[in-house]
Amino acid sequence: MSGNMNLTLKVWRQKDVKTPGKMVTYPAKDISPDMSFLEMLDVVNEGLIHKGEDPIYFDHDCREGICGSCSLYINGRPHGPKQGITSCQLHMRSFYDGQTIIIEPWRAAAFPVVKDLATDRSAFDRIQHAGGFVSINTGGVPDANEIPIPKPIADEAFNSATCIQCGACVAACKNASAMLFVSAKVSQLALLPQGQPERYQRVQSMVAQMDEEGFGNCTNTAACEAECPKEIKLTNIARMNGDFFTAKFFKSDEVHA
Amino acid sequence: MSGSTQTLSTSIGKKLIMSLTGLFLCLFLIVHLSGNFQLFKDDSGLAFNDYSHFMTHFPPIKVVSYLLYLTIIGHSIYALILTIKNRKARPVNYAMAPKSPSIWSSRNMGILGSFLLLFIVIHMGNFWFSYHKDEWFKNHSGPKMPFKEYRTDLKTGKLVSAKQLPQGEYEYAKYVDVNAQQEITIAKDLQAQVIFSFSSPLYVLFYVIAMGSLSFHLLHGFQSSWQTMGMNHRKYKPIVNQIGIWLFAVIIPIGFAAMPIVYYFTKR
Repeated sequence: MSGNMNLTLKVWRQKDVKTPGKMVTYPAKDISPDMSFLEMLDVVNEGLIHKGEDPIYFDHDCREGICGSCSLYINGRPHGPKQGITSCQLHMRSFYDGQTIIIEPWRAAAFPVVKDLATDRSAFDRIQHAGGFVSINTGGVPDANEIPIPKPIADEAFNSATCIQCGACVAACKNASAMLFVSAKVSQLALLPQGQPERYQRVQSMVAQMDEEGFGNCTNTAACEAECPKEIKLTNIARMNGDFFTAKFFKSDEVHA
Repeated sequence: MSGSTQTLSTSIGKKLIMSLTGLFLCLFLIVHLSGNFQLFKDDSGLAFNDYSHFMTHFPPIKVVSYLLYLTIIGHSIYALILTIKNRKARPVNYAMAPKSPSIWSSRNMGILGSFLLLFIVIHMGNFWFSYHKDEWFKNHSGPKMPFKEYRTDLKTGKLVSAKQLPQGEYEYAKYVDVNAQQEITIAKDLQAQVIFSFSSPLYVLFYVIAMGSLSFHLLHGFQSSWQTMGMNHRKYKPIVNQIGIWLFAVIIPIGFAAMPIVYYFTKR
């Protein structure tokens, strides 16, 4: 077909978490510009399977940018060259015929490589388990507008809540810091009335778990903000730090006698 | 107490230390620059040498200056601790150099800071140590920093004469000669050391490059420290950003860099 591209892929291949990996070069022939990036990898994998080789392993699920599974570091940028999208939403028309594409997994001590391009991101789950929830009693469905929330606050909380936990922030950060993720998860609840009872405990528990997981420290370079497929803002980090210091220095845990 | 030390050992707590020490150093820069602007007074160094004596002998200032030295050391040590931790957080580097958009200065704070630390060591060795060494090591064999005698007319307030005193034992003094109606000031001539240092083009170049590093370090550092402290205000954070750019990354480094440049071209 005319307009199709021939590309060279340099892909990180790693058998398992213990075996050291290396970059392997594969040709990707006759790739349609209308394919998504993951479809291109499917085509390459089909070729590898026909040849009896081990296909390239990568994480994917919904393929519409909402699950946060896909996690490819493409040509030096998480989720590739475009802004505000995930790897699965990236199309081959963003590349040119004859281009060499380097595909790597997220690189962070807290995200060990499971196989090839897939990393174990359960560190994020453990941070969520530490406090990324609200404790409420179940019962009848409450009325939608029972608790008034100002529109700007609701919008801000919603923006923070759009985080899909993909880990692009960690991948983009020169320090492999998880501050953008943790701050989004802290913020979405800290902003809303339902999150208030656990607000100051939550931020302490989640930061403690973040430190435990071995992520780096935030140096406010804003690379995370630039690469986040959901465009989570750096202001979340300031909000989390504010809550953290308030909890640590200005609020006592126990009721005064 | 254990609670607060635990807080400061968390990742955000360590960043708070970087932020607070950094801001204290920023505050110092304002004092240092405004004081040293007296180098530009055309009075043979009277005001500057008088000021140098005051800054090194007034006890409250001495307390603050030792706090300042501790702050510099603390800021450097915590930067080192955080950098080591950050390196450990990414044991395997990317094959392709990261291309995520971010400001150059924000990615190179460590390099800029290390160069500034080297500058501070050389700068303090040249001025701070030279100024103090005659008092600390009374019997050292090297040349001593000379003293200068200034005579100011009491009526007009104008400088009448300024002469360098021959090598010998002097102490700072300020008194009035009633007969001549003159105020006499005897002060250690630190300005002579300034003139001597800034007569070397290499030294001038080193200072100018160091001030360039300072500019880029503060371009990121000042606003970043407020972000770390949790400043997140629609109206005031942009003001902080502008102060960081114009005062700390432009005016202050240019002010400091002007000293070696002006001295090189006028006092040599």
